[in-house]
Amino acid sequence: MELLSGGEIVVRALKDAGVKYLWGYPGGAALHIYDALFQQSDVQHILVRHEQAATHAADGHARSTGEVGAVLVTSGPGATNAITGIATAYMDSIPMVVISGQVPREKIGDDAFQETDMVGISRPIVKHSFLVKDATEIAATIAKAFFIAGSGRPGPVVVDIPKDVTAPNHRVPYEYPEKIKIRSYQPTVKGHAGQIKRAVKTLLGAKRPVIYSGGGVVLGDASSQLIELAKSLNAPVTNTLMGLGAYPGTDDQFIGMLGMHGTFEANTAMHHADVILAVGARFDDRVTNTTDKFCPSAKIIHVDIDPTSISKTIAADIPIVGPCDRVLQELIDQLDSSDDSQDETAIAEWWVQINEWRDRHGIYTKPRHDASEGNIIKPQDVIRSLFNVTGGDAFVTSDVGQHQMFAAQYYLFNKPRRWINSGGLGTMGFGLPAAMGVQLANPGADVACVTGEGSIQMCIQELSTCTQYGLPVKIINLNNQALGMVRQWQDMQYSSRYSSSIYEDSLPDFVKLAESYGHVGIKVTHFDELEEKMAECFSLKDRVVFMDICVDRSEHVYPMHVAPNGSMRDMWLSKTERT
Amino acid sequence: MRRIISVLLENEPGSLSRVVGLFSQRGYNIDTLTVAPTEDQTLSRLTLTTHGNDQVIEQITKNLNKLIDVVKVVDLTEGPHIERELMLLKVKANDSQRAEIKRCVDIFRGQIVDVNMHAYTVQIVGNSDKLDAFIQAIGDADILELVRTGVSGLARGEKSLRL
Ligand SMILES: Cc1ncc(C[n+]2csc(CCOP(=O)(O)OP(=O)(O)O)c2C)c(N)n1
Ligand SMILES: [Mg+2]
Repeated sequence: MELLSGGEIVVRALKDAGVKYLWGYPGGAALHIYDALFQQSDVQHILVRHEQAATHAADGHARSTGEVGAVLVTSGPGATNAITGIATAYMDSIPMVVISGQVPREKIGDDAFQETDMVGISRPIVKHSFLVKDATEIAATIAKAFFIAGSGRPGPVVVDIPKDVTAPNHRVPYEYPEKIKIRSYQPTVKGHAGQIKRAVKTLLGAKRPVIYSGGGVVLGDASSQLIELAKSLNAPVTNTLMGLGAYPGTDDQFIGMLGMHGTFEANTAMHHADVILAVGARFDDRVTNTTDKFCPSAKIIHVDIDPTSISKTIAADIPIVGPCDRVLQELIDQLDSSDDSQDETAIAEWWVQINEWRDRHGIYTKPRHDASEGNIIKPQDVIRSLFNVTGGDAFVTSDVGQHQMFAAQYYLFNKPRRWINSGGLGTMGFGLPAAMGVQLANPGADVACVTGEGSIQMCIQELSTCTQYGLPVKIINLNNQALGMVRQWQDMQYSSRYSSSIYEDSLPDFVKLAESYGHVGIKVTHFDELEEKMAECFSLKDRVVFMDICVDRSEHVYPMHVAPNGSMRDMWLSKTERT
Repeated sequence: MRRIISVLLENEPGSLSRVVGLFSQRGYNIDTLTVAPTEDQTLSRLTLTTHGNDQVIEQITKNLNKLIDVVKVVDLTEGPHIERELMLLKVKANDSQRAEIKRCVDIFRGQIVDVNMHAYTVQIVGNSDKLDAFIQAIGDADILELVRTGVSGLARGEKSLRL
């Protein structure tokens, strides 16, 4: 057996785990590993400018490919800088392995230089974590970490490795386990047959069914099964923010996103539904509004791989634990062979009702906001233009705020893994580094980062990483010169007292800033030039382009749930109109 | 409702903190907690008592099961079971009180495990109610110190929590 040092074992095990790109930042406790990285070329290390960006980039890689993202940071500040990105991945169930250097074993507990209890600090925001105590354990631990991160309900796993364990002078036999078995960890692989039978009966008996599908369908690669099931039931489909793209956004059965900023038709249909099939969704508070008033007449079938997601906030009538692809396939098979049949008249009437809702207040049947004109550019129109120019086929990452909601509403995603955003944690600063991860994993693809002048400044240093590694992402900055989403809440709930949501002329010239990193900057101030400049942006295939687009600061995101105490169907439709 | 939950746990560093962390993170109650290795040195057995409505208890057991280090979970209160807790307590025992306390210990089938001029150290074993009742019964006595192990328990019959 080959003898390797701990540092070499880390790198070799990453390679054997299938890692091509490792996002990271060096420091004392990780230097043995960095030296091992230098002496090989199988695993490419990408030097970011802040460890938070390393985690978001690996996260973007994971979301766009389904592979496990990989990160390497040093101890202390390197590890703590990674925390926001780990929490972001945890909230959205993204598979990721974060390797952190640690002070040498004999110094642990002494408050040594750059010591922090990484296993302790990360505990509530990881799927699992390991502290490696010996060089002989590194390979097996890394293998387990990748297995845990990527299987079942995915999530981030931390592997903390003391510096002396990776020392170059101590060599031990290297063996990467072929099969991984963990006796205390056996994710469910199949749904309960009896429950599936009941679900089929309930679905066929429904007069007003809605399929409510979430991020689990994307993560579980169950999009094709979802489409097949929805088609065979002729049921309307709504996606959560995390689920967008799992059902094609331009298909007629798609009624839009649901929840706080969901469409009128999706939220209203949910409220009136008699059967809701929830797949890979978790009845998040940004979806349900007041739980007591949630969908009063609906029987709920809830499919999820994680039993703790079921009946957590909303009780399920028919819980089914299992992977979304398998369970949906079993539902399809049993539907085909069932003796029961649907009440087609009722379903046809349901569609008449839904189409009437679409006509009444839907954002896809006609524009519900004022038109853009002259130097007033509506943010919604920027997203429409982005959709047109990219043929609806780009990878779109986003930050957090109004721009994120406009992107979710107006970019109609037709494929899963194209919409990459921080839904659970809502992390400003996610968009640009995530776009880098997506771009590196999908060379040649159009990758747009829809952002705001607030969010982009939280990780703007990564423009330098884009230069170093030639990552030609396109930044679509919806510049409303304000923390727009905060401002919207202040308009609605605090009589427009803009407490710390404006910058008082302190914003940089983003065009010059982009240019100083060697990129192209394009400013757009008139609606007439929007489409043309957007096209120019995407024609510059090999360049990073920073589109600084001045959008109307006074625009709000609608619909918006009435809260507190509202139900699914209680929405503001504009500044003055509510349901 | 009060529940006794038994957990078979990998005997790994950090595994206990994950269990305890889960309870504080999600706002669940822990009333008592005991943990020690089992006959199989790779496994620890942890028993905790908690209270909450059925929905909360269901989430607790599901979340415990979700922890990677947790091998098995059982809610002992769902079936017939035996529960025991041990209490050591030091009471002031001067001339006149000595006989009275001794009688009480006998009634509760406890033992006096240490004696000196002014105090008895008493050991009582039983379910938690019995321990509470003993404290009530010696009401007038001056308790100097009291320590309880927390509940541990097993299901009755052949049913067992093992690999
Ligand atoms: C790291 C972080 N801090 C604070 C917030 C709270 N927050 C949510 S949206 C928002 C404003 C975002 O402003 P901008 O990026 O300009 O987007 P806009 O809403 O203007 O489109 C803030 C501060 C957050 N989500 N993330
Ligand atoms: Mg803004």
